[in-house]
Parts: sequence; C-alpha cells; structure tokens
Amino acid sequence: MSEQLSKEIEGKASVYPQARESLERRLKSEDTSGYGLLIDYEYCTGCHACEVACMKELNLPLNQYGIKLLTDGARQMPDGRWDLNHIPFPTSLCNLCEDRVSKGKMPSCVQHCQALVMSYGPVKELAEKMARKPKMVLFTPQ
Amino acid sequence: MSQKQWQWQDGEYTVTRSTHWSGPGCHDGCGLLYYTKDGKLEKVEGDLDNPYNMGRLCMRCLNQTEAYNHPQRLKWPLKRVGERGENKWERISWDEAYDIIVEKVRYIQKEWGPETICGMEGTGRNIIWQVPYLTYAGFGSPNYVLGFLAGDSCYLPRAAQQAVMNSDFFVCDCAQFFEERYDHPEFVNPKVIVIWGNNPIITNGDGFFGHWIVDEMRMGAKLIVIDPRLTWLASRAEYWLQIRPGTDCALAMGMLNVIINEDLYDHDFVEKWCSGFEELTERVQEYIPEKVAEITWIPKELIEAAARFYAAAKPAAIQWGLAVDQQVTGIATAQAINSLWAITGNTDIPGGNIIAKSGFNVDDGYSCGYKWVSPELQEKRFGNENFPLKKYGLASTAHGDSVLRAIENGGDPYPVKMLWLQTTNTFANMASEAPRVYKAMKSVYFNVVVDLFMTPTAVACADIVLPAGMSAERDSFRAWFSPLRAISKICEYDECKSDEQICLELGKRLHPEAFPWETVADWINWKMGNDKEKYPDAFKIEWSGKTYRERGKTQGLTYRELQEKVYVYPQWQYKKYEKGLLRRDRQPGFNTADGKIQLYIDLFDAFDIDPLPAHIEPPESPYSQPELYKEYPLILTSGTRSWEFFHSEHRQQATMRMFHPQPQVEIHPDTAEKSGIKDGDWVWIESFRGRCKQIAKLVRTIDPRVINAEHGWWFPEKEAAEPSLFGVFDSNINNLTSQCQNGPAGYGAPNKNLLCRVYKVTEENSKVMPGEQVTKKGGWEYVRATF
Repeated sequence: MSEQLSKEIEGKASVYPQARESLERRLKSEDTSGYGLLIDYEYCTGCHACEVACMKELNLPLNQYGIKLLTDGARQMPDGRWDLNHIPFPTSLCNLCEDRVSKGKMPSCVQHCQALVMSYGPVKELAEKMARKPKMVLFTPQ
Repeated sequence: MSQKQWQWQDGEYTVTRSTHWSGPGCHDGCGLLYYTKDGKLEKVEGDLDNPYNMGRLCMRCLNQTEAYNHPQRLKWPLKRVGERGENKWERISWDEAYDIIVEKVRYIQKEWGPETICGMEGTGRNIIWQVPYLTYAGFGSPNYVLGFLAGDSCYLPRAAQQAVMNSDFFVCDCAQFFEERYDHPEFVNPKVIVIWGNNPIITNGDGFFGHWIVDEMRMGAKLIVIDPRLTWLASRAEYWLQIRPGTDCALAMGMLNVIINEDLYDHDFVEKWCSGFEELTERVQEYIPEKVAEITWIPKELIEAAARFYAAAKPAAIQWGLAVDQQVTGIATAQAINSLWAITGNTDIPGGNIIAKSGFNVDDGYSCGYKWVSPELQEKRFGNENFPLKKYGLASTAHGDSVLRAIENGGDPYPVKMLWLQTTNTFANMASEAPRVYKAMKSVYFNVVVDLFMTPTAVACADIVLPAGMSAERDSFRAWFSPLRAISKICEYDECKSDEQICLELGKRLHPEAFPWETVADWINWKMGNDKEKYPDAFKIEWSGKTYRERGKTQGLTYRELQEKVYVYPQWQYKKYEKGLLRRDRQPGFNTADGKIQLYIDLFDAFDIDPLPAHIEPPESPYSQPELYKEYPLILTSGTRSWEFFHSEHRQQATMRMFHPQPQVEIHPDTAEKSGIKDGDWVWIESFRGRCKQIAKLVRTIDPRVINAEHGWWFPEKEAAEPSLFGVFDSNINNLTSQCQNGPAGYGAPNKNLLCRVYKVTEENSKVMPGEQVTKKGGWEYVRATF
C-alpha cells in the first residue's frame, strides 16, 4: 500500500455502496401481465389439486407441470415443534390460465385448491392482501 | 360464474352439474361439472355453485377422464373359460350372463338354501342400499356382508355404539347441513377441534369434506391431533398427541379423568341429558394420567394439557375416524370419545358435535329390503350365532369373519356356496389376512364379480365378471348425509351398466314381485318415497311401519326433479334433543330407553358386554405378548390414505402413479439404521402370518418403535394370471393382518396395531415371492385365529 493512499483513508475503511445500487437500477425491467398468484403457504396442505388441475387445463404430458408443489420439512425445530410447509410454485409453463381468465373464470389451480389458499388478481391488490397476513408468497409468472 | 341450469351448452361441450360418489372415487359427494362431447367425458371441474365443496376438487376427481377412457376398463360381460386364476375369459352377452347367474342362484337356493349366498360390497358408496336390496329381495339371503372386513371395523363399531348410547350419529360441525354454510346465523366456529384417529384432509371419510377443517382453522379454530404420525394437521396443532396405536380408549379415559376430577365438565348438561355419570366417574379413576401415559406413550403433561384445552373451549368438536374402529376396543373407544363431547356439553350445539341426518331421512342403507327375508332366515344371518348384539338386531350386516369361518370349517353352521362381489376387491384391500381370504374365496362354488377393471379378486375367484359404469355413467342419488344430491347419467362406455341397472335387471329376473320398477329412475323414486300410484305394491313390504319422521320421503320431489335441482338441503336444526325431534314419542330427549345419553350402556350389561369403556391391550402388542415382541420388535400400523388413491383404486392411472409410483413404508431413521436400511431400499415387512415388500421411506416424525405401511397395493401393469395376480400379494400389507381377532360383540379388529419386523430385500431372501407362496404353496404356516 502506497504511503499516499494510506494517508487518504487513514482512520476509515473503504466503502462504495453505489456499485450495488447502480447494478440494481440497471437490471432490465419488462412489461408484465400485471397479474399474479398469491399463496397462503401457512394453510397449503400439499394436496396436489393445483398440479393436476393445471396438467388437465394445459393438456400436459406426464412429468410436465405448470405449477409444482415444493415441500420443506417436516423438520424438528430447536423448541421441539415441527416445521412443515408446502408451496405450489408456478413453472415456466404457467400462462395464468389465459383461456379461462378470458372467459371470466378463475385459473384452474386457484378454483380447485382444496384449502382455498390461492388467489389470482392484479399484483397491486394481491400485495395489499399479502400485507394483512403473514406466511404468504406472491408469484408473477408472466 | 353462476349457472342456474343443471345442464347447458358451452361451445362444443355439454356441461352437466352432478355429484361424484361412485368408483373410482371416495366417500365424499362433491359437486362437479361434467364436460361431455359426442357422448364422451372430456373434462371435469368443480361446481362453484354447490356449497358442499364450493368449486374445489381433489386430484383424483380432476383426473377422472383418465379413468373413464382407460384402455384396461372392463367393456362387456365375461365368462371364465380356463381355471380360476388363469385369466382366461370369453365374451358373453348380458342376457347370457344373467341366465347363467339365475340358473346358479336357483340351483343353490334349492340345494343348499338361499342363506348360502352372500352379497358383498366394498366401501359404502352408491351401492349401499342397492346391493343389500339385491341380496335380501333378489337372492333371498340374510347375508349381506362388507367384503370380509374383519370385525366390521369401518364405522360400524362407532355406528353400533352411537346407536345404543344416543341413537344418532355425530360429526364435527362445519355448517355442512345448511345451504348457506358458514353464513348460517346460528353457526359458531369451533374454538377447538380434536382430530382423532384420521387425517380428514386426505380421507374425507363418512361424507365429510376434510378441508372444511382447514376452513375452520382459518376462521380461528385450534387443533388437538391424536395420531401416531405427524400429519399436516398435526404440524399445525396446538397439541399433537403421538399415540401408541391401539390405545385410544385409554387416552380418552385419561382425558375424561382429568375433565371429571378437575371439575371441567358441563354440570347442567350432564344432569339434564346424561345417565350413568356416577358409574363413569368411578371407572375413570382407574385411568389416572400417569397410568395412561404408560399405556399410550404420550407424556402425562400433554394428556392433561390437551384435556384441559378441549374442556375449556366452548364450543369444541371432535372429528374422529377409522382408527377408532380398527382396534379390538373399537366400541369402547367410541363410547369414551362420545362421552367426552357429551359431558362437556358439546352435543348437537353450534360448533360442537352435531347429529347428522340423511337428506330427508332417505336412506336405510344396509337394511334396505331386509323385510323380504323371513324371520326364520333372518335368524340364520352369519354372526348371530356368536354375537348377541347382532342377533338382537343391532347390526346392519352379516359378520364377515363368521362367513370366512363357515367357508373354512366345511359348512358350520351352514356352507357358503355363492359370493356376489360388487365393487369389492377383497383381498387386495378390505379383507385382512389376505392369503387366508383368497384361499377361502377360491373354494366357493360360484362367484360373480362386478367391477370397473379386471381385478386380482376377479382373476382369482370369479366365474362371471360384469362391467360397471362410473359416476357419470349412471342415474343415482346420494342422501348420506344431507343434502340430497343427484348423480346424473350423461355418457356410456361400451357395454358397461351402472350398479343400479345391474341390480335391477338381475333382481327382476330373480324375483319380479320385489323388483317391479321399469327403470332405475323408477327404483330411485321408490327409494325417495315417491310413485306410490305407479307401483302401489312396491311399498307394501319395505315401507310398512315407517311413517316415523316421514322416513325416506322427499315429499313428492321426484328423481328427475332432483336432477334438475342438483341438490336440496332439507331443514336441519341444532339441539334437537331439546325440541322433541329425536324421540319416537316426540318428547325432548334422546331416542334411548331413558331418553338420555347413556354413559353407562344398560343394553351392553344385558348382553354381558362391559357397559363402560375399558382399555384392552391389542392382542399382539409389546405388553400382551412380550415373547412375540422379542421376535417382532416393531408395532405395525397401516391404512394411511394417500392423496392419489382411494383404497385399491386408481392404480391404473399413470398420473397417479407419477406422483406415487410404489408402496412405501415409513420407518424412523434410527430403526432403519439398526437393520442397515437406507431411504429408498425395498424392505420385507413380516409378521408371524406372512410378509410383503414395500419401499422404505425414512421419516423422523414416526416413533422409532412404530412403522407405518401402505395398504391397497396391486399392480395393474403386471401379469394378471397366477401366481402374479397383478402382484397383489407381493406388497400386500394384509399378508400380515388378521381375521377373527375381533373385539367384544364381534366389532373392531386390530388392523392398525400389530407386531412386525423389517429387513432389507435381497436376492437371497426373495427366492419365493409372496404371490407364489400364496397361490402355489398354500400360503404361510401358522395357526389361523378363530373364535
């Protein structure tokens, strides 16, 4: 380290937070449908109805999913209680049921969800709903 | 999107609102929309206008089209041409099939008597009055049987107990009997729900849409879950009581001990509406929490806390299930649990345990047509010879274990010459001790199977196989429980006929006087109490003495009108015991001898059955058989439902097998490690009766002393002929379970609490597969239980 540089920064560490901020500004944005899926994963029971509803709606072959159930647990936490959570995750094949929605129907996964934990709507409305209850996740597949 | 019609055109599709109940399906009766085109079912959706399921559907219903259009479906009647088990068949016409059956029935009736014919079915769906009617009125036999179900251990122990204790059936209040559901002004959400011995979100047992529990959780209900396994509901519970399988009665008595001794019960309700409280109080003193903790393996503090939590909640409800029945204490367990909701004042109140009724009381279920059987023949019903509760009319079916015994012992008290098996894949599923039942069934003179697919049962034993239609291929209805719902025929498949059509057509040939109806719709109208003018004689026998509560009368609503309405919710009220709505004399109270809920059941006393609940150790347990336990050091529980399958159904569907390809047994990693078993290994599960193989799934959520195996497995993709029989014995957990080990009164069987061991499958120890052992070598050597 040169003598001059060491003198300049004497007493304080180097910082340049602008690098990350700049990158985040530069990340590309795209138009979206403006609609999303809000899921209350506290009450998702993992019943697979969304997955099969989607396979039927999109007429998908075996091993293809428009929405896929992901599971964490059951894992025992330090306090002895068990953590077990399911989240249905929309894949790249999810088109938010554009055919159904254009006819005024709900997306098939949303309608058939047995626990009634899925909502479809404008992202802004879903975000407001999301703020009123913990353990929610919002997806914007398109 | 609301549709007010029951049927309409949507582009190229005809859309029909209907109810699903028939196989492949489950116990539920969800509202759905069938989309058909050119007479073919193309698509299924939930019916948003039906308040029962509110547009929701499970993966099995959503995948129905795969079942309807499956290439392996039975298409026309078949006659066996090879030996039983060879899977060689010849196509015949319906007329030929009926002619053969009628000839055989006449011959058997003449040679051995009509009682030697047993009508059997599997789970209770829309064959629950049709097959009994055919058995009683068509074959003239008193022996309608649930396909070799040991100890009638599916709801019937609870039904018999509830009938004598309070004369009605109870269920957790989910506002399910109101069309406006949770909006009904009197409905109150339960503060606490106890989930006892079932996983309703998967099982949907006894006409209960399991996710209603999730609705109520989301409206604020807290849970207590009693289950040997951590279910999803248990993961969300305030208290999860991880019980040793088969000790539920002890737990319920321990909870009653806490509630009574800590004075947490409802004095007013007990005084006014219960009898036998003093006797119960005395009996529960034997069940102090310390002792109950030892019996159940649940920590004492948890038992006490759960009891207090339940008793303090007003209102609270208990949703119980099959595990109650599948222990030798089935009746006593049910009695103890029923006592919990009785003494806490949760009987038939909003948010409590409410009295369930069939829609318009239409439904005699298993007794339909019994009056066609003479009193002399009724006396001969299997089970009466050993069990007074059955003899005195407190049973709606003949006793499967007794039928098995009579086949095996060469005909004492009389032989069994014919089995009519309608939608029951017995030894693949419902029958315990599958190899034993297989052998017995094969030895019966004449067998007919009615089913959707060629099953192991049909290949092994059937002489005639008849193809049945699925839900959208039949006119039918559902009344159990309310609301009354229509099932509408909108398509056909080859030569398949509905179960109703088959029963009616055969019945007309066998006994025209008892089957006067021209069409299935006419038969259903009769069942709904209508068409008295059209078929005046049809009412004479079945309907005599049934004016009470206008039993089975839809007040003029015909079947066709019901179809157009889709469903009807009759009026339903809370606290019926206060309003004189339960008793024959229309006085307040329950329809029991003393008008009260009998905590001490007098009638049991008269029949030499313990009138109060008591724990009985499972017949094969670490404590009842310590020597056996050394050899078989694990408790075996089974019967856990999967999302993908209903019992032995759905195994043909590629979509279901994608999610759940093979049978799995849950083992704790510590237990597995001791035997060198890794996750995903095939393992042999073995009891002293036999063995089967499943894939080890290591889970930390099960007690290391317990393993949990799946039931109902067969492999439609495998060879049908023996020794394979679609691989039905290779993974069949019922190679390990038992027949003829019933609880008192012939009810209850220890299917979910036996002893076993597990070890890895190797080439060396797999030289003789179970299929070969059972079909070619006479099964395994051991002493068959009897009574």
